[in-house]
Amino acid sequence: MPIEIPKDKWPGKIQSVTIGAAAAEGGTRTKSITIGGQTCMPYLHYEAPMPNRPVIAIEIKSRKPDDWSSLLAEVWGDAMNDPAQWAKKAEEAGADLLVLALTLADSPEDAVKAVKAVLGASGLPLVVWGPGQAEKDNELLVPVAEAAKGEKLVLGICEDKNYRTIVATAMANGHLVQARTPMDVNLSKQLNILISDMGMPHDRIIMDPTTGALGYGIEYGYSVMERLRLAALQGDTMTQQPMMVTPGFEAWKTKESKVGEGVPESWGDWKARAINWETLTAIALVESGADIVVLRHPESVKRVSEAIGELISV
Amino acid sequence: MALSGIQIYKLLPQTNCKECGFPTCLAFSMKLAAKQVELSACPYVSEASKKQLAESSAPPVRLITLKANGAEIKAGNEVCMFRHEKTFYNKPGLFIRVKASDPDLAAKVTKADAYKVNYVGMDFTVDGFAVEADGDLTAAVKAIRAVSKRPLILISTDAAALDSALGLLAGEQTLIYAADSSNYEALADTAKKHKAALVVKGDSLDALADLTPKVQAKGVEDMVLDLGGKNLGEWLTRSTQARRLALKSNFKPLGYPTIFFAAQNGVEKEAVYAAQAISKYAGFVILDTFAPEMIYPLLVLRENIYTDPQKPIQVTPGIYEINSPKPESPVLITTNFSITYFSVANEVEGSGLPAWLVVTDAEGMSVLTAWAAGKFDAERIAKAVKGFDVASKVSKKRIVLPGHVAVLSGELEEELSDWEIRVGPREAVDLPAFMKQALN
Repeated sequence: MPIEIPKDKWPGKIQSVTIGAAAAEGGTRTKSITIGGQTCMPYLHYEAPMPNRPVIAIEIKSRKPDDWSSLLAEVWGDAMNDPAQWAKKAEEAGADLLVLALTLADSPEDAVKAVKAVLGASGLPLVVWGPGQAEKDNELLVPVAEAAKGEKLVLGICEDKNYRTIVATAMANGHLVQARTPMDVNLSKQLNILISDMGMPHDRIIMDPTTGALGYGIEYGYSVMERLRLAALQGDTMTQQPMMVTPGFEAWKTKESKVGEGVPESWGDWKARAINWETLTAIALVESGADIVVLRHPESVKRVSEAIGELISV
Repeated sequence: MALSGIQIYKLLPQTNCKECGFPTCLAFSMKLAAKQVELSACPYVSEASKKQLAESSAPPVRLITLKANGAEIKAGNEVCMFRHEKTFYNKPGLFIRVKASDPDLAAKVTKADAYKVNYVGMDFTVDGFAVEADGDLTAAVKAIRAVSKRPLILISTDAAALDSALGLLAGEQTLIYAADSSNYEALADTAKKHKAALVVKGDSLDALADLTPKVQAKGVEDMVLDLGGKNLGEWLTRSTQARRLALKSNFKPLGYPTIFFAAQNGVEKEAVYAAQAISKYAGFVILDTFAPEMIYPLLVLRENIYTDPQKPIQVTPGIYEINSPKPESPVLITTNFSITYFSVANEVEGSGLPAWLVVTDAEGMSVLTAWAAGKFDAERIAKAVKGFDVASKVSKKRIVLPGHVAVLSGELEEELSDWEIRVGPREAVDLPAFMKQALN
């Protein structure tokens, strides 16, 4: 006797969002990427098809970072000195899209140059992050948005204190925004409302509910994402944006990933542990509903990509 | 159909004897209705009521306990699909698979058995061993019992070999892997004889649901399901469906915890497979590789996912040394909410600047929350500074308060009159800059 499987039927649907514009759409990308569009909890294909797979972004920087783990410096090598080279290598490593993080040391000219170099070196859709200080973000992201008009970049990172200028320039130049709030369902919703109120269409907002790394608060991010996704499916339109999270950034901040010496023997081999830390942080978030995970190490990219392949191909 | 708390109450003795651990029969019946306790906790319930309640009082996912002389691990008794709805209760047991034929068996088990790793003040270990009977199972069990007291899973379908091996494990609760439609009768007899739990295996949920009542009819109540599934996606579907059937439809034939072999598609995928299993409802996870660099993150993931969302992880209050501080290094104050502690410790550690970090007992709340709740005030901070004898470690009596509680600085000056009180930044991320600029 066949079992009757209980199925959830949800009234809500996740917003579809397309990143990057090819020549026909007014940009220069070799392809665009669409995320979102789900009508059920992650990977429950027996309830509804999954229209778009989650994607992996690789984070690169406009200048060689001096605070990244030597394990990352080892694998990216000299390419870290040149964003264009780094972008190419990231594309080869299997990225679906790129994140270019600008730094405090960049002038507006440097920033534009770095963005153009990356756009020239790789045809992947691009996310550009300011250095994370409100004034400097505005100073760099506005000229970048203008110089890359029509490329459908994602500009970030918008936070409650710092979204107006970024949203305005994204709207004026045909880009998208990444809206980050600190691990709280209502704050995510609120920022989506504020950005929508400025007139930004929903298909150009990606929400970043923030996560902690494995062992450093991942359970909060994990549950906030599950709750956001459930709220969205229940029909709350202000939580229906696709979700983007940064497990690479979080995991590579932890001592477990950063430090190879003077740590307990029970932590095991440094390199394998560091990659596991990033990979498992990302996998947990993929399970809880992430549409974009931003990673740093090519080996993590490979493993997370394989896992996503298995999750979508039932 | 499940009964409500009031319906259950009518079937209880209503004497409020408290022997079940609850103050009244009504309180106990509410817990029964919520499937958070077992009826057996009531010593006086009548046979007639017992029968009537049996169905509704059984937890939707049966509790299975594996036990040896040294340790036990539980699976099942879960009540929700998402951890924020309530919490996930019984952490999936991590078992290391070993082979009976392995000449290094004892050495491998000894090493894995001794493994211990500390995470925010808690010691984690592996939970037991799964023994593959590709050689003499009895000899292997004997060898393992000489070096480890952790629970065992025996992987064999040879009833005679299992009978002999289980004979060595009297008084323990072992798990047998695995019965399918072809061999369940013999294995159920063996399980029953030795009071072992039995894994039931099927290549679909329909096949499993067909088989578990047959095993039950043979007298075995403690079962664990192997859901099969060819990859991550298929297993996730089955695991979700089985859990939903148990919780939402009260479907008894699948109301058991599950077992998952993480290396089934290769050891290179093992960590990822195990991570999904831990997040998505597995009861027991079998690892082929004993590698600390994989076990440690998996144990941490398990702890994180199974943390009660109502009770955040706390750090033991005390004075923590960051980057080998010297007497002249600054003293920073924070609370014992683990995320708060980690944010502060990580930023300072990453900056390379030495500091003493005083973690006060704020009942596991973050700075602002604890302050608002009256758990992080001048009195508590002063108590911590005095209690941990911070003065004996430093030459400069100066402490840095989190910027969010700047309002406490006046009061704290009164409490700690011989200390200089400085107000630091609001966010941990700004600490390194503050320490460089303001503290010299």
